[in-house]
Amino acid sequence: MANTALQADPSHDDAGHHDDHEHHENLAHHFDTYEQQFDAGKLGIWVFLVTEVLFFGGLFCAYALYRNLRPDVFAGSSEFLNTKLGAINTGVLLFSSLTMAWGVRCAQLRQHKMLAGMLAATLSCAAIFLGVKAIEYSHKWSMGLLPAGLYTYDPANPHPAGGPNYLLWICAPFAIGLLFVVGWLIIAKIKKDEFKVRVLMPLTVVFACFFVGVQLGTILESGGEGEHAAGDDHHVVAGADGHAEHGDDHAEGRADEHLEDLDQPNNLAIEKADLAGLEVLAQDQSNPGARDTLEALKRQEAVASGSVLQGDQRPVESPTEKRVTATPKQAGVFFSIYYCMTGVHAIHILAGMGVMIWLLVRATRAEFNENYFGPIDYVGLYWHLVDLIWIYLFPLLYLIGK
Amino acid sequence: MTTGAATAPGGVRDAGFVSDNENYLKNSSGVLSWMFTLDHKRIGIMYLVGILTSFLGGGLLAMVIRYHLMAPGGATTISNDAYNQLFTLHGAIMVFLFIIPSIPAALGNFLVPVMLGAKDVAFPRLNLSSFYLWVGGAIFFVGALLMNGLDTGWTFYTPYSTSTDTSVVMATFGAFILGFSSIFTGLNFIVTINTMRPPGMTWFRMPLFLWATYATSIIQVLATPVLGITLLLLIAENVMHIGIFDPEFNGDPVTYQHFFWFYSHPAVYIMILPAFGIISELISVHSHKGIFGYRFIAYSSIALALLSFLVWGHHMFTSGMSSVTVVIFSALTFTVSVPSAIKVFNWVATMYKGAISLTTPMCYALAFLFLFTIGGLTGLFLGTISTDLHLHDTYFVVAHFHYVMMGGTVVSFVGGLFHWWPKMTGKMFNEAGGRISALIVFVGFNLTFLPQFLLGNQGMPRRYATYDPEFQWLHQLSSIGAFTLGIGLLVAGLVLLHSLYAGRQAPANPWGGATLEWHCTSPPPFYNFKHAPVVGDPYEFANVHYDEATDNYVFTELPRTLVPEEPVKTPTPAGGQS
Amino acid sequence: MSDHSDHGFAHPQSITTLLTVFAALVFLTIVTVVQASFHLGNWEIWIALFIASLKAALVLYFFMHLGHEKPFNILVFFSTLFFLALFLGGTLSDRNAYRNQLEPDIDEPYRSEAPAEAAETAAAME
Ligand SMILES: [Cu+2]
Repeated sequence: MANTALQADPSHDDAGHHDDHEHHENLAHHFDTYEQQFDAGKLGIWVFLVTEVLFFGGLFCAYALYRNLRPDVFAGSSEFLNTKLGAINTGVLLFSSLTMAWGVRCAQLRQHKMLAGMLAATLSCAAIFLGVKAIEYSHKWSMGLLPAGLYTYDPANPHPAGGPNYLLWICAPFAIGLLFVVGWLIIAKIKKDEFKVRVLMPLTVVFACFFVGVQLGTILESGGEGEHAAGDDHHVVAGADGHAEHGDDHAEGRADEHLEDLDQPNNLAIEKADLAGLEVLAQDQSNPGARDTLEALKRQEAVASGSVLQGDQRPVESPTEKRVTATPKQAGVFFSIYYCMTGVHAIHILAGMGVMIWLLVRATRAEFNENYFGPIDYVGLYWHLVDLIWIYLFPLLYLIGK
Repeated sequence: MTTGAATAPGGVRDAGFVSDNENYLKNSSGVLSWMFTLDHKRIGIMYLVGILTSFLGGGLLAMVIRYHLMAPGGATTISNDAYNQLFTLHGAIMVFLFIIPSIPAALGNFLVPVMLGAKDVAFPRLNLSSFYLWVGGAIFFVGALLMNGLDTGWTFYTPYSTSTDTSVVMATFGAFILGFSSIFTGLNFIVTINTMRPPGMTWFRMPLFLWATYATSIIQVLATPVLGITLLLLIAENVMHIGIFDPEFNGDPVTYQHFFWFYSHPAVYIMILPAFGIISELISVHSHKGIFGYRFIAYSSIALALLSFLVWGHHMFTSGMSSVTVVIFSALTFTVSVPSAIKVFNWVATMYKGAISLTTPMCYALAFLFLFTIGGLTGLFLGTISTDLHLHDTYFVVAHFHYVMMGGTVVSFVGGLFHWWPKMTGKMFNEAGGRISALIVFVGFNLTFLPQFLLGNQGMPRRYATYDPEFQWLHQLSSIGAFTLGIGLLVAGLVLLHSLYAGRQAPANPWGGATLEWHCTSPPPFYNFKHAPVVGDPYEFANVHYDEATDNYVFTELPRTLVPEEPVKTPTPAGGQS
Repeated sequence: MSDHSDHGFAHPQSITTLLTVFAALVFLTIVTVVQASFHLGNWEIWIALFIASLKAALVLYFFMHLGHEKPFNILVFFSTLFFLALFLGGTLSDRNAYRNQLEPDIDEPYRSEAPAEAAETAAAME
C-alpha cells in the first residue's frame, strides 16, 4: 500500500537540486520553490491579520458595551473630538493605502525606483497621520480629557493654564529623528555614498512630514476663531448633558441605598450566629484558621460599618477625588476607550513605519521582483488592515450624534 | 512506484549529511550556535530546558503548598498573604510558563517538521523569536516574583488585581509577552502544516499528533489575541484607571471575566489537545496496531478546537451573568464531552487485540487514559449549573482541573518525552526506571487528587491557607500523595538524565513507529530529510519489523528516500555505549 | 485577474483600478461625514457601520486582493469575523443582566460629594 503516494515532485529527483538553491537569491533553504515560499508567507500574514482583528476585537467589545450602557455620555463626549481632523486623517490613511497597493504592483513589475517612491509616500502619509494625532492628543491632554482615573476636565475652565507642553514631548522624538536623518544625509553626501543618500533622502521627507501633519492639525484644530467658539459650545453642551445624566444617577443611587439598608440586617444576623461558633473555635491555639476567619470577619464588619478604612482603598491623594470634582464621571470611560483604541492603532502605525523603512532600504537595493515581492505584499496587507481598522474607528469615535 | 527514490546516497553533500555521526546536536557547537540557531530541533530543545525549569519551579511551589496544608492552621510559618502568593505563582508559572508551551512549543517544535518530512518550520526566525519572547515573558514573571510578588491567582480577576499592592502590572506584562510567543508558535505551525507537506502527505495521511497540533494552533491564533488585549487593558486599568474593568471607576469586573475566559477556556484545549495527539501516537505505536477511527480522532480534534470557543461562560456561573446565558453556556459545555469521549473510545479500541508492549511511554499513556477519563467526567459536574453552584471554587474544581491538566497533559507530556527521547537525544533510557516512575506518578497522583474531590464536595474552598480540623486527614492524604507524585516525577527526570550519560545509542526506530520521524536517524540530521521523504500511511505497521541484531525496527518493502541510509546490516552490540 | 503566465504567481493590479477604488473610498468617507450631520437616532450607528463596511469591503477586495486569494486564505480571514461575532455576542449577551444593579452601587462612594459639586459647576455655567 501507500504506493499511490509516491508521485514525487519532479524537483526532488534532481540530485543537485538543493545546491541550486544556493544560487537562488532570497529563497530560504527549507522551501522548494518561490511559489511555496510566497504561499507560506501569504498564509502567515493572513493568520496574523486574524490575530490582529481579534486583538482589536476586545476594544470594540468594550466600546459596544459602554456605548450601549451610556449612549448619552458617548454622544456628549464625542463632541470633544474634531471631525475635521478625523476626516483628514482618514483621507491620509486611505491615500497611504493606495500608494501601498501601488507599491506592490511596482514590486511585481520590477519598477524599483517607483517602488521606493511609493514606500516613501506611504511612510510620509503615516507621518502626517501621526502629526495630526499629536495635535489631537496634546490638545485633549491639556484640557484634562483623559482616561477615567485621570479625568480632570472642568467645563468652567476648559483650558487650564500651566500644564506641561504635551505637544513638545510628542514632537521631540520626531525632531531628534529628523535631525539625525538630516545629519546622516549630509555625511553621506560628503562621503558620496550614493546608496545611503538614496535611502536617506526619502526618510528626511518622511520625518519632515510629521511636522507637516502637526501644522495641518494646528490649522484645522483652531480653524478660525468662529469654529473654535463653536467647539467651546460643544463643550458646554457635553457638560450639560453629563449633568443631566448625573442627576438621574443620583436618584437611582438613593433608591438603591434604600435597598441596601433593607439587605444589611439579614446579612449581619447570619454573621453574628456564625461568629459565636467561630469564637469558641478560635480559642483553641492550634486553630489559627478559625482565628484568621474570625479576625477577617471582624475586620470586614468594621469596614462595612465605616469605622475603619481598608488599606487598599486609595486614600485622599486618589485620582478619584480629582475626577469627582470635575465633570460627568463616566465621560472618562469614553476617553479611556478613545485612547486605548487610537493608541493601539497608533502603535500599529509606528510598527508599520518601522517595517516599511526596512522595506525602503531593500527596495533601494532593488531586491524585489515578480518572484520575490512577498515582503512588500505582506506589509501591504498589514497596512491595509491598519487602515481598515481606522475606517471603523473614525465613525465610531468621531461621528456620534454630530 | 517511482524509482530513483532508493538511490539517494549519491547526493550526500551538504553539511548536514556528512556521516551517520553528523546530527543536529553536533553540526555546530558553542553557546552562540544554540542561541542564534534557526533549527527547529534546537529551538525545541531550548524550549524543553526552559519549560522543564519552570515545571521544576512550579512543582516545588506546589510541594511547599501541600506541606503547609498538612495542618489545619498551616504546618509552616508561612503567613496567609505569603500563601496567596504561593498558589498564585504556582498557578501562573504552571499555566503560562509550563503547560501552554509544553507540548506545542517543546515537543511540537521538534516533531512537527520531522513528522511532516519538512526541513524546518515555515518561519524559522519567527520561531526563534517566539522562544525569546517566552524567555522575556519568563523574566517578567520572575521579576514580579522578586519585586512584590503576585497574589491575585493566575486569573488576575478585577477588582482585586486593580487594588492589590503586588506586581500585577509586571506579571500581566509577562503574560502578555508569553501570549505573543504562543501566537507566533501557532501561526508557524498552521503555515508549516498547510504549505510544507511533502508530496503524498495528504491531510489524512498526517500523523494524528499533527492534527492535534494543528487544532491547537488554531486556538492559539484565535484566542490568544483576546488575552493580549485583556491584559493590555488590565495594565492600562492599573496604570491610568481606564474604568473598563475596575468597578471603582465605573468599570465592570464581569466583563473582565468574559474577556479572560474567552481566552482561557480555549487555552484549556491548547493544553490538552496536543496531549491527545501524543496519546494517539503512543497507543498506536506501542500496541503495534493501526489507530482505530483515524478520521474520527482527527475531526474530533478540530471539533474540540471550535467548540472550545462556545463554552467559556461555564467558569462564570456564579458571577451574576443572566440566567439565560448561564443555561446556554451550560448546555454548550456538554457538547464538548462528545468529541472527547470519541477519542477515548477510539484509543481503547486501538488497544483491543493489539500487541501491546508495556514500555514506559505506554505506561504513561495508560495512566493518561485513566486519569483523563476521571478528569473529563468530573467536568460534567461542574458544567451542570445546579451542582456547580455547590462545587464552585471548592477543592472539587482544583481536583478536576488537575486531573485534566496534570493527569492529562503532564502525564502525556512525560510519556511523549520518553517516547521521543531516543529520537531527540539519541540515547535509550533505562526501561525499568521509566516504568517505576510511571507507577509512582500514577499512584501519587491519585493519592493527591482523589481526596480533593471529597474535600471539595464537603465544602473545603480552594485557595485557603487554613481549614477546619475535620478536613485534616484528607489534606494529609493529599499532601502525602503530592510528595509521592513529586518523587515519581523526580525519578522520571533522573532516568532521563542518566540516559544522557549512560544510555546506549538509540536506533532509528526503537519502538516500531511508522510515522516519518522514525525514518531518519536518532538524533536526526540537520535538514531532517535531504529529499522530501516518501509518505505512506502513518499507522501501517505491516511493513515495520523487529530486527533482533540491531534491537531496532526496520522498514521492509518500501524503499525510502533516506539520507544517510540506515545502517541496517551493521550489528552493533547492544548497550555499553559511551 | 491578471495574466498568469506573464508573472507567475504575481498579479499586478491596473493603476485605473487602484485610483478608482481610492476615489470611491474618499467619496464614502465624505458620505459618512455628511450622514453624521443628520440626526438619525438609533439608525445612525448602523448606517455608519454599513458605510464603514462598504469601505472595508473595497479595501479587502481590491487593495488586499482578497478576491484573488486562495480559498483557504479567504476562509481564514472570514473565520476571524465568525469568532469575533462569537466573542462580541457572548460578552454582550448578558450586558443587561446585572449592570443596572451594578451601576448605582459603583457610584455610591462618591455620591455624598458629587451632587454638591455638580450643582456648583452647573451654577458656574449658567
Ligand atoms: Cu472551561
